[in-house]
Amino acid sequence: MKRMGFLSWALWFGYAFLYVPIALLILYSFNESRLVTVWGGFSTKWYAELLHNDQLLSAAWLSLEVAAMSATVAVVLGTVAGLALARFGRFRGRTLFGGMITAPLVMPDVITGLSLLLLFVALEQLIGWPDGRGVTTITIAHTTFTMAYVAVIIQSRLVSLDESLEEAAMDLGARPAKVFFVITLPIIAPAIVSGWLLAFTLSLDDVVVASFVSGPGSTTLPMVIFSSVKFGISPQINALATLMVTVVSVGIFIASLIINRQERQKQRDEQMAVQGG
Amino acid sequence: MINRLRRIGLWGRGAVLAVPYLWLLLFFLVPFLIVFGISLSESVIAQPPYAPLVEWLVDEDAGTTKLQLLLNLSNYLRLGGDDLYVLAYLNSVKIALVTTICCLLIGYPMAYAIARAEPAKRGPLMMLVVLPFWTSFLIRIYAWIGILKANGVIDNLLQWSGLTTAPFELLYSDWAVYIGMTYCYLPFMVLPLYATLEKMDPTLLEAAADLGCRPWKAFLTVTLPLSLPGIIAGSLLVFIPSVGEFVTPELLGGPDTLMIGRVLWNEFFANRDWPVASAVAIALLLFLVVPIMIFQHVQGRQAEAER
Repeated sequence: MKRMGFLSWALWFGYAFLYVPIALLILYSFNESRLVTVWGGFSTKWYAELLHNDQLLSAAWLSLEVAAMSATVAVVLGTVAGLALARFGRFRGRTLFGGMITAPLVMPDVITGLSLLLLFVALEQLIGWPDGRGVTTITIAHTTFTMAYVAVIIQSRLVSLDESLEEAAMDLGARPAKVFFVITLPIIAPAIVSGWLLAFTLSLDDVVVASFVSGPGSTTLPMVIFSSVKFGISPQINALATLMVTVVSVGIFIASLIINRQERQKQRDEQMAVQGG
Repeated sequence: MINRLRRIGLWGRGAVLAVPYLWLLLFFLVPFLIVFGISLSESVIAQPPYAPLVEWLVDEDAGTTKLQLLLNLSNYLRLGGDDLYVLAYLNSVKIALVTTICCLLIGYPMAYAIARAEPAKRGPLMMLVVLPFWTSFLIRIYAWIGILKANGVIDNLLQWSGLTTAPFELLYSDWAVYIGMTYCYLPFMVLPLYATLEKMDPTLLEAAADLGCRPWKAFLTVTLPLSLPGIIAGSLLVFIPSVGEFVTPELLGGPDTLMIGRVLWNEFFANRDWPVASAVAIALLLFLVVPIMIFQHVQGRQAEAER
């Protein structure tokens, strides 16, 4: 009994540690006073100011663009990579491939950023591409480290999945490509959606890699936040943070509802199929 | 016929696999070779600011051309000879270790409590752990600035309660870095710990209790050893990126909070010394190769076990 007390105490402490800072951040975004941590009354003026900050808005737009593009490419590449790791068995160079998938998960950002920048500089000298650095180079960099996360999600989903459906389709004469699009893809669709969302948020979150590979005129939102935070805290950043936290929470909530409903629907269908047959 | 189909299948597989494979080779592996090459070159004032490693030397008198390969180890000698770099490496490892231990101390009881909760509650409870991970890392670090600074939340609370009278600042110290990094990396620790603890058979603990084993002893002799794969995976997920961390020490640490990620950043952006920055990166990578390989081994075993 005493031990359960300790455990729930530890759990509540953990949640408080995770959520109190975010709650305070949101609270102070409605503060009238410019001094962020001194309460001066309720106000939404920082949100209004945010809407007139053109630098911030254009950076936000650029970040969303890069995140959407890199997440889409990362989902395609990562799904193929996860499929290869889970279903292709042993192939030549599998160890190297597996290594290149898991290493980016833990690689410090500064190393990824520096190495990609040096690659882009060397490529530009050799073949003249990429011509300068900007949206393209940031997108390539983000695709490279986010596809690893997608691949791991897809791989673990496929590994826990029964192969017999795919085998049955093969036995009935379906070609591998058809099996993939008709059988495998619909089953792993929820994993693909969460992979895309994860890649999108990781890209939207990155400041270090983007700082290395961006050029003049391509400043992403995290880079703007980072440089303004270095000069101290401002209520505008609180307001921006509140908006981002709200959008992400609502998005995750809706996505998890949809995924849950689909899973339940699928289970029901499977049960019906078993009972019917 | 079947053979031909299989050959087409294999060829198709190869073609499918080639796309991510080539992408990773070009954008993940080759860059490291370039970093290694540049770490051996000399810094020059030019665009880009490093001397080429390979040069054609034309000898006009003899009418011959020679291929010259210039390698210099001076960047590495500088790393070993200058206290700044050695201290930065040691300090990074220290901060990463403290972060890992703090995450383990907070994360283990959380993961354990969630794994022991009613099955219907586990999903939402885990969701609450993962949700902060989806919100911006930068924003979460920023949240702590307002809490830790002089006249911030903690300072105001302390002064209001009468515990302190003078302004008290935790910000810009190693303590702030420990708090911020533990905060950001906690979900990475809880996830793998929960995965192993959740799979554990609760009847093992019942058996231990039936045989007269005290709860704490049962925990130490049964639960802890069985959750070791989770502890190792979680610790590596926290430790490896922590060693090279840049944003947290830059925003929460003081000017004397030396970390290798910061040194690399400054060599690159402030001093524009690309070769030394590359040498710092290679040295960091060499240090991290062993933990990264252990991590891959654990990940591979986990994937095998799920089969």
